[in-house]
Amino acid sequence: MPILILAWKSLLNRRFTALLTLLSIAFSVTLLIGVERLRGEVREGFTNTVSGTDLIVGARGGQINLLLYAVFRIGNATNNISWESYQAITNLPKVAWTIPLSLGDSHRGFRVLGTTAAYFEHYRYARDRGLTLAQGEPFADLYDAVLGSEVARTLGYRLGDPIVIAHGTGDVSFARHADKPFRVAGILAPTGTPVDRTVHVSLTAIEAIHVGWESGAAAPGRSPDAEQTRALAATGALTPKAITAVLVGLKSRIATFQVQRAVNDYPEEPLLAILPGVALADLWSLIGIGERALLAVSAAVVVVGLFGMLTALLTSLNERRREMAILRSVGARPAHVLALILGEAVFLTLVGALLGVALLYGVLLLGGPLITDRLGLFIGMGPPSAAEGLLLAAVVAAGILVGLIAGYRAYRLSLSDGLLIRI
Amino acid sequence: MTAAPLLPPTPAAIAIRDLRFRWRADLPPVLAIDSLDIQPGERIFIEGPSGSGKTTLLGLLSGVLPVVDGTLTVLDQPLHRLGAVERDHFRADHVGYVFQMFNLIPYLSMLDNVTLPCRFSRRRRTRALARGGSLNAEAVRLLAHLDLDDPALRARPVTELSVGQQQRVAAARALMGAPEILIADEPTSALDADRRAGFVELLFRECREAGLTLVFVSHDASLEGLFDRTLRLAELNLAAA
Repeated sequence: MPILILAWKSLLNRRFTALLTLLSIAFSVTLLIGVERLRGEVREGFTNTVSGTDLIVGARGGQINLLLYAVFRIGNATNNISWESYQAITNLPKVAWTIPLSLGDSHRGFRVLGTTAAYFEHYRYARDRGLTLAQGEPFADLYDAVLGSEVARTLGYRLGDPIVIAHGTGDVSFARHADKPFRVAGILAPTGTPVDRTVHVSLTAIEAIHVGWESGAAAPGRSPDAEQTRALAATGALTPKAITAVLVGLKSRIATFQVQRAVNDYPEEPLLAILPGVALADLWSLIGIGERALLAVSAAVVVVGLFGMLTALLTSLNERRREMAILRSVGARPAHVLALILGEAVFLTLVGALLGVALLYGVLLLGGPLITDRLGLFIGMGPPSAAEGLLLAAVVAAGILVGLIAGYRAYRLSLSDGLLIRI
Repeated sequence: MTAAPLLPPTPAAIAIRDLRFRWRADLPPVLAIDSLDIQPGERIFIEGPSGSGKTTLLGLLSGVLPVVDGTLTVLDQPLHRLGAVERDHFRADHVGYVFQMFNLIPYLSMLDNVTLPCRFSRRRRTRALARGGSLNAEAVRLLAHLDLDDPALRARPVTELSVGQQQRVAAARALMGAPEILIADEPTSALDADRRAGFVELLFRECREAGLTLVFVSHDASLEGLFDRTLRLAELNLAAA
């Protein structure tokens, strides 16, 4: 025990280099635990891009393809679902709610999604979080649009701005529905999901912009103006004939497979129903390599930090050979010399790890709102998870190993030096 | 004041018989002493040029180096039979050691430097407490004996002390807790010539008072006359170059 007091006083004497070592360990631990926490959050966020939805229904095709276009707005549907089939699904006894999705148009590179008020009511992401409007209202008028947060931020839109929707999904399109401009009615709060990159309009609006475009291009002289279209919509003539996909919520989870089978066996049209959680987990296993690489990189940073400590310890040994000879002369054993070095390494690693964790909580406390706002990632302030505890234990174990390496070298030196003072 | 050979021998403080020390078994010995006795309370001057085995002899006497061949008995303890840990304990309990220079641990205060042996030896701790009441009081008492009783001096970092002051602090540390043997390895060579005799006088006074056996190594022959006996290591060590 007295040797630890000596180790402490010796460390105080070298407080500047000790502080640098301490900080390098602390920062690397902050990074490691921060990445671990972020990683968990990103995985959680991804596999919960859609939550609360029990089934996604589209035209028959690949499961991943359906997931990509219905949830991530990537790629296109090979086929549509007829409005009758959509009605049939909605009317199934076990179905609580449905959200129709109609894709195919774009606005300056962002996908336009036609849907209904049910979208704002039932759509859930992350751990059962609903969509909230940062500004404005859901669409009320035929030509109202609700923007995802990234769309509004990237394009600099505010409430009331007019936007023109282009046919097709390219950024540069020659076929613009310029005769029927939309108005920004609402802007959604960030979610960290593809919702942020979507322009939402009503299903009827999707039909409305295509009035007079039945041939695929604007028919000269036959295209009614916006007021005429509004009148047309009021008559119910603009009910869509087909939609792209449907999100389905069930009254009870127990019925999931039963309804899935019913949809897949629907006799009127070839349909596909998938479980979003399963499909998302499948997709993550394909693209989740990145997060493991990130963890590996931050682990490497910790290793570099510990190597820094090893370097500092070994460098100090040469300067401290005199100190060790003096300690030996007053009766210290070589084991005491080892304890002196080991104690220093263990202290630096332990305090460094604690400081690193404290630093992480500080960063989360101060920067958390910004991360949520910018990236839509909600990083919890909870106590360290078991995995994080394991990482911390690994860091401390590695620190002890470093202390043993340097301590063993000091032990050997003090055995060979004895009471010889080398300078 | 050599020991009278015809009287029944008092147990020697240090007794060496047929000692051979080799760094490696296949190398020739660097130290070979057939017989050496140092009596308790004796003040011995060991004069030895470099290469005469001086460092090796001090390493053996202090228990840092193992005695493999021959016997070395210090204070009735057969060091040749003790393991490394026991020898370290022995040194902590019974040996005070003063180096040529750089004796002090820079990050400890003067008092902490003096009381350092009591952190490693319960025996010396007990003896120091019995003598001074507290470790610091005993350290202050010893420092005062060595003309270091200025409290302002004690408050200064030890690295700011003069070489002579540092050597006296080291002597106080070696005397702390009253060990039986004091080994001084050229303790005056860093001092000015006119201060050397003064330092040795101080050391003598303390040794006499505590009944210590003093083994003083130096190549400064001018100090020789102050001691009870002089050993010329070049002659004593049969393996000396």
